[in-house]
Amino acid sequence: MKQVWKYLKKYRVLLLFSILLALLSVGLTLYIPILTGEALDLIIEQGKVDFAGLSGILQNMLIAIGLTAVAQWVMNVCNNYITCGVVHQMRKEAFANLNRLPLSFTDNRQYGDIVSRLTADVDQFSDGLLMGLTQFFSGIMTILMTLVFMFRLSVGITVVVIVMTPISLVVAAFIAKRSFHLFSAQTRIRGEQTGYIDEMIGNKKIVQAFSQEENVIEEFKKKNEELRAISLKAIFMSSTTNPSTRFVNGLIYAVVGLFGSFLAVNKGITVGQLSCFLSYANQYTKPFNEISGVVTEMQNALACANRVFEIIKAKPEKEDAPDAVTLEDVKGEVKLCNVSFSYVPEKPLIQNFNLTVQPGQKVAIVGPTGCGKTTLINLLMRFYEVCKGDIKVDGVSIQDMTRASLREAYGMVLQETWLRNESIMENIRMGNPFASDEEVIEAAKASYAHGFIKRLPNGYHTVINEDGGNLSQGQKQLLCIARVMLQKPDMLILDEATSSIDTRTEIKIQSAFAKLMEGRTSFIVAHRLSTIQDADIILVMRDGNIVEQGNHEELLNKGGFYHELYHSQFKH
Amino acid sequence: MHFIKCYVRIFTMKKILIYLKDYKKETILAPLFKLLEASFELIVPLVVAAMIDTGIANEDKAFIWKMGGILVALGIIGLVCSLTAQFFAAKAAVGFTAQLRNVLFERIQKFSYRQMDELGTSTLITRMTSDMNQVQTGVNMVLRLFLRSPFIVFGAMVMAFTIDVKAALIFAVAIPLLSIVVFGIMMFSIPVYRKVQANLDKLLKNTRESLTGARVIRAFRLEKEWQEDFDANNDALRQVQNFAGKVSAFMNPVTYIVINVALVILIHVGAIRVDAGIITQGAVVALVNYMSQILVELIKLANLIVTTTKAIASGNRIADVLATVPENMDDVKMGATGEASVNSNAYPVGEADTIVEFEHVHFAFHEAKEEALSDVHFSVKPGQTIGIIGGTGSGKSTIVNLLCGFYPATKGEIRVKGKKMEDYTGKELLKNISIVPQKAVLFKGTIESNLRWGNENATTEELWEALEVAQAAEFVREKSGQLQSEVAQLGKNFSGGQRQRLSIARAIIGKKDILVLDDSTSALDYATDAALRQAIKNLKHKPTVFIVSQRATSIQYADCILVLDDGEVVGMGTHDELLKNCETYQEIYHSQYQKTGGVK
Repeated sequence: MKQVWKYLKKYRVLLLFSILLALLSVGLTLYIPILTGEALDLIIEQGKVDFAGLSGILQNMLIAIGLTAVAQWVMNVCNNYITCGVVHQMRKEAFANLNRLPLSFTDNRQYGDIVSRLTADVDQFSDGLLMGLTQFFSGIMTILMTLVFMFRLSVGITVVVIVMTPISLVVAAFIAKRSFHLFSAQTRIRGEQTGYIDEMIGNKKIVQAFSQEENVIEEFKKKNEELRAISLKAIFMSSTTNPSTRFVNGLIYAVVGLFGSFLAVNKGITVGQLSCFLSYANQYTKPFNEISGVVTEMQNALACANRVFEIIKAKPEKEDAPDAVTLEDVKGEVKLCNVSFSYVPEKPLIQNFNLTVQPGQKVAIVGPTGCGKTTLINLLMRFYEVCKGDIKVDGVSIQDMTRASLREAYGMVLQETWLRNESIMENIRMGNPFASDEEVIEAAKASYAHGFIKRLPNGYHTVINEDGGNLSQGQKQLLCIARVMLQKPDMLILDEATSSIDTRTEIKIQSAFAKLMEGRTSFIVAHRLSTIQDADIILVMRDGNIVEQGNHEELLNKGGFYHELYHSQFKH
Repeated sequence: MHFIKCYVRIFTMKKILIYLKDYKKETILAPLFKLLEASFELIVPLVVAAMIDTGIANEDKAFIWKMGGILVALGIIGLVCSLTAQFFAAKAAVGFTAQLRNVLFERIQKFSYRQMDELGTSTLITRMTSDMNQVQTGVNMVLRLFLRSPFIVFGAMVMAFTIDVKAALIFAVAIPLLSIVVFGIMMFSIPVYRKVQANLDKLLKNTRESLTGARVIRAFRLEKEWQEDFDANNDALRQVQNFAGKVSAFMNPVTYIVINVALVILIHVGAIRVDAGIITQGAVVALVNYMSQILVELIKLANLIVTTTKAIASGNRIADVLATVPENMDDVKMGATGEASVNSNAYPVGEADTIVEFEHVHFAFHEAKEEALSDVHFSVKPGQTIGIIGGTGSGKSTIVNLLCGFYPATKGEIRVKGKKMEDYTGKELLKNISIVPQKAVLFKGTIESNLRWGNENATTEELWEALEVAQAAEFVREKSGQLQSEVAQLGKNFSGGQRQRLSIARAIIGKKDILVLDDSTSALDYATDAALRQAIKNLKHKPTVFIVSQRATSIQYADCILVLDDGEVVGMGTHDELLKNCETYQEIYHSQYQKTGGVK
């Protein structure tokens, strides 16, 4: 709530104005039944109509109507403006922080969840906020002012109305509690069903390959029936709220009518006042229904807001030190001094690791799947911070230089190819925003991507699907390589960069890389040992630890884990 | 123009509304009871009028009590009616949606590979989930309110006419005026809201991209550009939202003015009529009451229309999918001509000595510029092992997909067991073929439930046998749950290599005549891969095996190797033959045995 206020504070003048307008419009809205009542009292029966008085009242009514309408409109516009502004600011901050968060934050969360926080949750919050602004205040004010007006007309009837109020609230609360339970059950079952849909439609081709369609459909029907049963209960239960409260309101209306009539018979009030009372009875009970709805909505909205704040408040990567240097004219000497690292403290990974890479050397990292090869890349690029020790580039600790200049020094191709939903041209150009079209095509040729690009429907202007579905994994890797070819970085990181490319093309690309990397330091994670035999240093990793280190010959002669790995390739 | 469009959209929606037919009773009863409730509500002002004109005027307390009693009774009847209506509406809406979900799911399961490629998975999932929810809410609300609100509005007008025709004319003017205002604003704001939604989609894309591409964005230092892009979209969203807000902010004040000005006129006319002795004071009170009932209902109706528009949009998205006719219905032969063959088991054993034949087969993907496969021609004898090797995008998997009937050949003929592809139904064909797909996916359940996809009636021994062959028995045995070990969604709790081996076991259990391994050992180390190949060779049912791979070692010992390059078969023969006469094969082989060729 306090956090929400932080965003609202900027609009406090507007907010106050909006509340004043709400007050005004509610007051005027309630004034009209009084005028109506007064007018009706002037229309008694044939020949007994005070037209002079009537026209004065009707004039007042018209003025009140006009004022109310203007007040309502300005208030709505204000509230909408405030809400849009708050939501805009929240999204902006959340997204900005998202780009600064350490990768450990996003790596450990489902993307879908974060995305829905920035979209659906913010929306839900804005709906709740808008509803709160427009309905909550005016609702409460309607109740209070109605009570005041009613008291002035007749204390007796007002007391009757107040006494009956709790019935409506109790009924609404009773239903709300029940339907809440049913709705949570529904959400749970729906979630399970969505999971099943995701699995079976997402892998429809496999279902088909095993002719399992019938079974899958059967199973789905079972789950669907379960959902149907619970949904029916939940929806019916929640839909009883309106009729029930309407019934209670009807009762209040009847009682007011009854009491009012008796009072009128005893000349306690006039017929006009009675009509006024009846319309108050209607107006008085309505906000209760609304407010109970708004309160649930607001609770929901606050819950959503908290999910967004979790992102806004999450601790971002450490800022670059104010005296951080910019890495320039990179020679490419990389030194790891006593580096220790683990993702979770309980599971130590790299411990006291030392390595000196001379400028221009080729370092290969090998080992079985899941042994933590990528971890080292994460540290070099400073996607993750070392827990202990230091990494130096050209003799400067990477802690003491700006992240941007460090990352600029590296060119990177990852196994997980990532491309934008943009044209192929723009995707390659990510490597160097200032490159001309010719340079982009040159880079594509160097990475052997030109051939398949040419054959695409729109050549270099073919837009890549959101999930990259129109390209094969290998083609995507070729584009990522072209991106780096264009970048011409000072140092290079290849993380299984050619894993989906056939070996023949791979060899051609290797030689292109070799040309690109001449005299430049490179780190290569590889699955196929044949591609890294000529590396200056080979790091052999196993279960997160670096177990061996040396060049190909040394390691083979050593007869250790590398030897084992190497020979397993050729076993038949 | 817009109205025509709306009408057309509603018309498309009709195609899915036929699924309401099982809920005919509920669909009719729900609005009917709503109408009953509304009718009782409309009587209320009359009762109050009677209270005033008869009760108060004559100081008849008994009469007032009676009227009060009637008011309460009306309330109770109204409650019963509306609860009944709510129940029927919920039942119809939920039941309808459940049925629609079944139909759509079934339909999607029957789509061919080509159709799945064309439609895309993620949109199908949204249609199965959030669109369905929109439709459910829409149907529910329509059943509850669509008749009620107009009925109250027009009912109030009719009631007004019964009281006094001349005064009621005010209603006859005010109501159309209100409708114009409400629908006008609605028509104006719906496209604006659509724009809001489109802007939101862009923000969603920005966010998704910055998550999935976090490493690349940071490596290329594009954070700022991303932020600018997001901010621009965010600003645009704010602008559209503000505009939408300004427009819809008109709704309340304008309706308020119309109703209340009508009220002023009503009182004025009423005064003249009472003065002339044509109607009573109580009648004027009743007329005023009807006017305020209309106001309440109109606001409800406006909300309803927003919900309905959303539901119609979603309904159309669902109808679009349902309008797509599945290409490979199980009971329909795959051939376009559909000529029934004489004998479905027309595989004369011993006579024809080929099990699979490709005769000058060509294939191009939908709307593709170039052929993915051209002139593929080969035949395979039962029990043979066929290796298929080639570079990225050379068409290896396409051959497999054609063999399994997932895509039809664009030219040429494929025969399995001597029978033309066109004469098989999808199911019949797959009775002969087990596949290990490239993407090793398992499904939520247990190891056993996953394996049984391959053969429902397998014995426990057979399950273990298959696991042994697939080199998976060891790690399954290490699990405390053994065959009953839990498998998470998509098999995420297993490593890539384990998933591959389990999906191989799943295929082997079927003991079908043809076994296809589509590049499905990429995550296995060389030793395991070799052991697996040996075990498959020793399988008792001697299947014909197709091995698709990028590794020369995986296919080296095949009886025949097809070498593919850019969709063409550039070499065919044994390893030794190809090493001698196929340049592409030599290149591939040497790229993997570079300098160490001697190891062989």
